[in-house]
Amino acid sequence: MLNYIIRRMLYAIPILIGVNLITFTLFFVVNTPDDMARMQLGIKRVTPEAIEKWKHERGYDKPLIFSEAEQGAAKFTHTIFFEKSAAMFAFDFGQADDGRDIAYEIKARMLPSLAIALPVFLLGLVVYITFALVMAFFRATYVDFWGVVLCVALMSISSLFYIIGGQFLISKLWHLVPISGYGSGLDAGKFLVLPVIIGVISGAGASTRWYRTIFLEEMGKDYVRTARAKGLPESIVLFRHVLRNAMIPILTGAVVVIPLLFLGSLIAESFFGIPGLGSYTIDAINSQDFAVVRAMVFLGSLLYIIGLILTDISYTLVDPRIRLE
Amino acid sequence: MKATLKYLLAPLVVLLSACSGNPWNSPYPAADAGKNTLYSAFSERPKHLDPVQSYSSNEILLTAQIYEPPLQYHYLKRPYTLIPATTAKMPVAQYFDKNGANLPDGADTAQIAYTIYEISIKPGIRYQPHPAFAKNEQGQFLYHDLTTEDLTKVYKLADFHHTGTRELTAEDYVFEIKRLAHPRLHSPILGLMSDYIVGLKEYSATLKAAAEAQAGQEGSDAYLDLNSHFLEGAQVVDTHTYRIKIKGKYPQFMYWLAMPFFAPIPWEAERFYTQQGLAKKNITLDWYPVGTGPYMLTENDPNRVMILERNPNFHGETYPSEGMQRDERAGLLADAGKPLPFIDRVIFSRDKESIPRWNKFLQGYYDASGIGSDSFDQAVQLTGQGEATVTEAMKAQGIRLETEVATSTYYMGFNMLDPVVGGLSQSARKLRQAISIAVDYEEYVSIFANGRGIPAQGPIAPGISGHRDGKEGINPVVYDWLNERPQRKPIAAAKALLAEAGYPNGMDAKTGAPLVLYFDVTARGADDKSSLDWMRKQFQKINIQLVVRSTDYNRFQDKIRKGNAQIFEWGWNADYPDPENFLILLSGAERKVDNDGQNAANYNNPEYNRLFEQMKNMEDSPERRQIIDHMVRILRHDAPWLWGYHPKDYGLYHAWYGNVKPNKLSNNNIKYFRIDGNLREQKRREWNEPVLWPIVLGLMVLVASLVPAVIAYRRRERGMGTSHTLPAAQEPGAGNA
Repeated sequence: MLNYIIRRMLYAIPILIGVNLITFTLFFVVNTPDDMARMQLGIKRVTPEAIEKWKHERGYDKPLIFSEAEQGAAKFTHTIFFEKSAAMFAFDFGQADDGRDIAYEIKARMLPSLAIALPVFLLGLVVYITFALVMAFFRATYVDFWGVVLCVALMSISSLFYIIGGQFLISKLWHLVPISGYGSGLDAGKFLVLPVIIGVISGAGASTRWYRTIFLEEMGKDYVRTARAKGLPESIVLFRHVLRNAMIPILTGAVVVIPLLFLGSLIAESFFGIPGLGSYTIDAINSQDFAVVRAMVFLGSLLYIIGLILTDISYTLVDPRIRLE
Repeated sequence: MKATLKYLLAPLVVLLSACSGNPWNSPYPAADAGKNTLYSAFSERPKHLDPVQSYSSNEILLTAQIYEPPLQYHYLKRPYTLIPATTAKMPVAQYFDKNGANLPDGADTAQIAYTIYEISIKPGIRYQPHPAFAKNEQGQFLYHDLTTEDLTKVYKLADFHHTGTRELTAEDYVFEIKRLAHPRLHSPILGLMSDYIVGLKEYSATLKAAAEAQAGQEGSDAYLDLNSHFLEGAQVVDTHTYRIKIKGKYPQFMYWLAMPFFAPIPWEAERFYTQQGLAKKNITLDWYPVGTGPYMLTENDPNRVMILERNPNFHGETYPSEGMQRDERAGLLADAGKPLPFIDRVIFSRDKESIPRWNKFLQGYYDASGIGSDSFDQAVQLTGQGEATVTEAMKAQGIRLETEVATSTYYMGFNMLDPVVGGLSQSARKLRQAISIAVDYEEYVSIFANGRGIPAQGPIAPGISGHRDGKEGINPVVYDWLNERPQRKPIAAAKALLAEAGYPNGMDAKTGAPLVLYFDVTARGADDKSSLDWMRKQFQKINIQLVVRSTDYNRFQDKIRKGNAQIFEWGWNADYPDPENFLILLSGAERKVDNDGQNAANYNNPEYNRLFEQMKNMEDSPERRQIIDHMVRILRHDAPWLWGYHPKDYGLYHAWYGNVKPNKLSNNNIKYFRIDGNLREQKRREWNEPVLWPIVLGLMVLVASLVPAVIAYRRRERGMGTSHTLPAAQEPGAGNA
């Protein structure tokens, strides 16, 4: 297994370079270093000298990908792309365009992101699987039918609607929890209730339907028929046999997102005032801060790859037939 | 592990907070209830808090409370009046010729080689407590030689446990002027000030060379000793006096002395913050200001909250005892002579979205709020006389509305380099005049700004010298004076002008082709479609086809810089209350194309330019106003802009928020405000009683749906048990099911 993991980690390098190159290209198609300088320095009274100085200090006065003026390897290494990318592979994210240290910010913001994402993930998993099992148990009855209708309805509504609606009902009309904000330490609790509830509800439709489909597929298999033929109660059939065998597709979807939980949610964090990484990414996009955008995309790609490897490993844990070679 | 435990305990905290007596939906700790704190929100995190770099309004909101430039604006007087902040008296400009001979006040501008401002600050002003000043018993600085080991347990400024202070000196003001040229800082006014402060340009070059030499030295940190280099334009006279030397005459310089760019910075702070390792922890002067103002920044988490607390060393400034006549009636002079500031703490919470921000204001968790277009109808209604007032619902909550015309202008510009709409030919001029009549800004303000604006008659905003009200202030090209008010000329007048311009009925008289013009705008969302459609219709009134060219903001700016736009929209916020600050926007020397200045329309009228040069260095006087009137007449005639409108700012304030008078140029206003914490607490509780029936109903629904499910489950289980005819094989653990 170790060889497999090492091999997968090595595969990750060209993937990360590719992602980095695409991010770089897309970003610089839309923005030039001059645009970035103007965004940081403002519009009023900015001189061309100030723009040149800003670019020079941050290394944005070099060619983008290829430097004709240089010789040999320097044609590629004395470029914005190489200089900005090479350091990142050593996890040196450098400074944001406003001068703040990116690694420091990421560390500080990871926990608030996790504070919402982890409860939503765990609670969501329990709730979705439970509802999916209930629907599977009552398959082809009105419970199943109306359950599916409800799921489709939940899927059809934008997550923004849940957020605004939730804030309106629970915070504004019923005064039960704060509308938005975040506290340090234990004080964070009261701010998390609403985003967690909304996070779970907004994901309920799609996930419950998907898990129901998985369960129904498993329930049609021979081993389930055999279990029933043995006279096992349906609860045992569902929880002991169906659930266990449905774990592989469930794990596929669930484990891969675990590392990504650190990155937070772009919309929810903005609306609930949670100072997490999702909010950080949105701010960086809005302010054309390439250093932060690049760091966040790199981190996202890396965590996604880690998620895929973890998924592979988890297969071996839940299905003894699978061996990583 | 510790952190995880914290979050597992979160539900418990929710319950505890519910039992604390604090409203359940309060975003603040119960311990803060009733305290003398101002609660405000910010949506965008500040980029810079270093006064030499900061230029945005959201940054100045903070820096203006912390730093004290030598001058400030009187809080209540209008027109805006400069008064001393830390100076003992108002500085007086002294003029000198090229031989150094003192010239009288009314001397010819051409004779004046330089101006000297000698500024004396009040003795006894002290800085806020700060670790940069902390010393040991031997009088040595505690934190000026930090090692990597010293910094291992430092994560924020408060982790330095010792603080100190010292008296403000003239040297600190000179130090800040020198910092304008610091090679590692980006002062937006360096270019401008290099043209005025004697020797600043050379000083900048000297510092650049020194920084480059320093960069090569091993182990050196980022500290650059500015005091070891000489700057002729800023010099210390004695402990409490310094002198600024300006090239020629520049009366507007006094206004700059009221901006944070000229606030004092102690060298100790620069020395402290430039030590290696602190920047990596985001501990920099750009994020942790050191000032003498009424407040100091004690918590700086720009992602969540920024807290200002009363500076215990603040010098004895008092509330103004004079103002305008209506200020007395409004109770704004009740606190006259009382020591400032009134509020102990200011909490700025970050709320990026307008909906939560607005709702928290209505719940009493923010003390004041602006009004977004979404909530305008909910908040404001117009009286029969067209006056804006709060709605009944707002009135019932004790919320009041304060309005003020901003010292800003939003205009639509013509690129004067464009072959169709540009140039000073009679034809192009008449075309622009026709469009000026056709685009009905009264309607625009009414529809798209909810009436929050005044259609402009020229470039100068109300409240600024040179702006004229009434009949003599109207733009005769666009308006007639009828029934004691300006009346936009009829469309027939616009059509006539268009025909005279060579486009009868919107067709080119030479080619017979329809006139098509291009409106360059920044890419906007679906919400803006209606305003763009409206604009098309305005041009359509005189049969001109308007094509909207939408692009992103970067490309838009690029087009403007290169002169590739034809018609565009732009705006301007005044830096200071002088007409020069508006009229410069149309000065030929400031053209975007070629000169990269502020004149986006690239307007270049030699007569206007001449008058501008004459006017800009004059003191405010009847003679100067005459010149300004003449310049405005030229502009109205040439019509390089559709003058657009001057926005009106609307602010809502709760009943417990006192001493509020909107002041668009002065930013250090928090020290004048008053909060009645007890009234706020009472109202918050009243307005935020938790509504519990939905929880009860929810539980009942849950139980009601569980019962039939359980019954059905048991029935099914029993049914399945009996349906099997074969004896069931014993499944391990089946008996527990």
